[in-house]
Amino acid sequence: MTNVTISRIRQKQIAQLLSSGKRLDGRGLLDYRPIQIETGIIEKAEGSARVRLGKTEVVVGVKIEIGEPFPDRPDEGVLTTNAEFVPLASPEFEAGPPTEDSVELARVVDRGIRESKAIDLKKLCIIPGKKVFIVFIDIYVLNHDGNLIDASALAALAALTNTKIFKYEVKDGEVKIKPGFKDLPLINYPVAITLADIDGNLIVDPWLDEEEIMNARLTISFDKDGKICAMQKGGSGTLSPQQIIEAIKIAKEKSEELRGLVVKKNG
Amino acid sequence: MKEKIRLVDDSGIRTDGRKPDELRPIKLEAGVLSNADGSAYIEQGKNKILAAVYGPREVHPRHLALPDRALLRCRYHMAPFSVQERKSPAPSRREIELSKVIRESLEPAIFLERFPRTAIDLFIEVLQADGGTRVAGITAASLALADAGIPMKDMVAACAAGKADGHILLDLNDLEDKEGEADVPVAYMPSINRVGLLQMDGQLTPEEFEKAFNLAIEGCKRIYALQKEALKAKYLAIKEAVEEAGQK
Repeated sequence: MTNVTISRIRQKQIAQLLSSGKRLDGRGLLDYRPIQIETGIIEKAEGSARVRLGKTEVVVGVKIEIGEPFPDRPDEGVLTTNAEFVPLASPEFEAGPPTEDSVELARVVDRGIRESKAIDLKKLCIIPGKKVFIVFIDIYVLNHDGNLIDASALAALAALTNTKIFKYEVKDGEVKIKPGFKDLPLINYPVAITLADIDGNLIVDPWLDEEEIMNARLTISFDKDGKICAMQKGGSGTLSPQQIIEAIKIAKEKSEELRGLVVKKNG
Repeated sequence: MKEKIRLVDDSGIRTDGRKPDELRPIKLEAGVLSNADGSAYIEQGKNKILAAVYGPREVHPRHLALPDRALLRCRYHMAPFSVQERKSPAPSRREIELSKVIRESLEPAIFLERFPRTAIDLFIEVLQADGGTRVAGITAASLALADAGIPMKDMVAACAAGKADGHILLDLNDLEDKEGEADVPVAYMPSINRVGLLQMDGQLTPEEFEKAFNLAIEGCKRIYALQKEALKAKYLAIKEAVEEAGQK
């Protein structure tokens, strides 16, 4: 079906190594690949970041515009998240309308940010019912080597910590943009941790080959207070209830580790 | 300022009169559509959902066929009139995501390798939505698959639990889903103890999550019993009809 399908010998090799507590790329079962985060890489975006997770590479750009609020939330800004699987990132990706996978990625990243109330949307209201700030988070996958969810969620968080909104004044019901910027009101720091089950072994941060053979994955997003704010099981296999409880314990610890990479960077 | 709605009163009773661990009334029926190879209808609270299965049948377009197993395709869709504000009939991003997670919850139940190079198409139409449509949809879809005679490892039962007004509640209704603090939909195969769908939104501590998750599993087990009853009821009706015809 795809060019990324891996041979049975490779599958067996990965699974056998896992049962002895090792991974093909030398990592331990609960180790992330090396993570590099750069912020402010796109000057024209109000916020941006690039995350490299091993060979997986994701850029997130945040754009801010003035628009209308949702009728049921007239005094809140609007958050929208979109993901593009650009064809240069993988032989599997094709140009065209969003795929099921890109919709899922955007929605899982969005859920973490929205449900942890990371952005104080009330502070993005300009004229209640009429004008609010709209925050566009655009996830751009540049190289797909597995675990796009965690890389994208981390890049989105890093980009948000780096987002500036323009100053404005309201005169006679009109919004006028003034020179200067202020920080986006960011009040929580959600981090997504993805675990995969391969032959009953739980591993964190699956890379592409592991994703190809995994039974199922589970993404758990934690907010800064250690509360779960989003979850998503993926893949066409199942997990046992015990595995799910164990995965939460592992993910909680890992989420603090990953959050430290972003929050430290921005003081 | 809009007043905060109380979802659970002092004696622990919910807005629709239920206890925290009580399911809404459920009506389940198998074999409700004559054209489909298998079908089912569920009413859970005010949810009204139809599921239909076509297949195993030829795959169109052909290049999608898999050499070693059947291709399961799933479409979850909400009728424009199923919600308060008319919903555009075009598939939304939510429906695209739900179609995917519903498919992934049912794929592990089906012996797809028995039908290589074929497609099994599953359609879920939400006629009226009242919170928890994805789980009610899975419950109906799984019954429709069984009704189609497709061999499965187990029936998939699905149920949500969540948190509202600080209480962990089973089977959230629309109001509790929208105004509550968290929602945890789960799909579960009771006889093999495996979870095929798990999502969460809202805010829960790991301890609260575990409580909600266990409650949802408990709900799945109760719904599982109803699914089996509904399947038996269909065959009992056929048996009676045959016996009646034989007596004439």
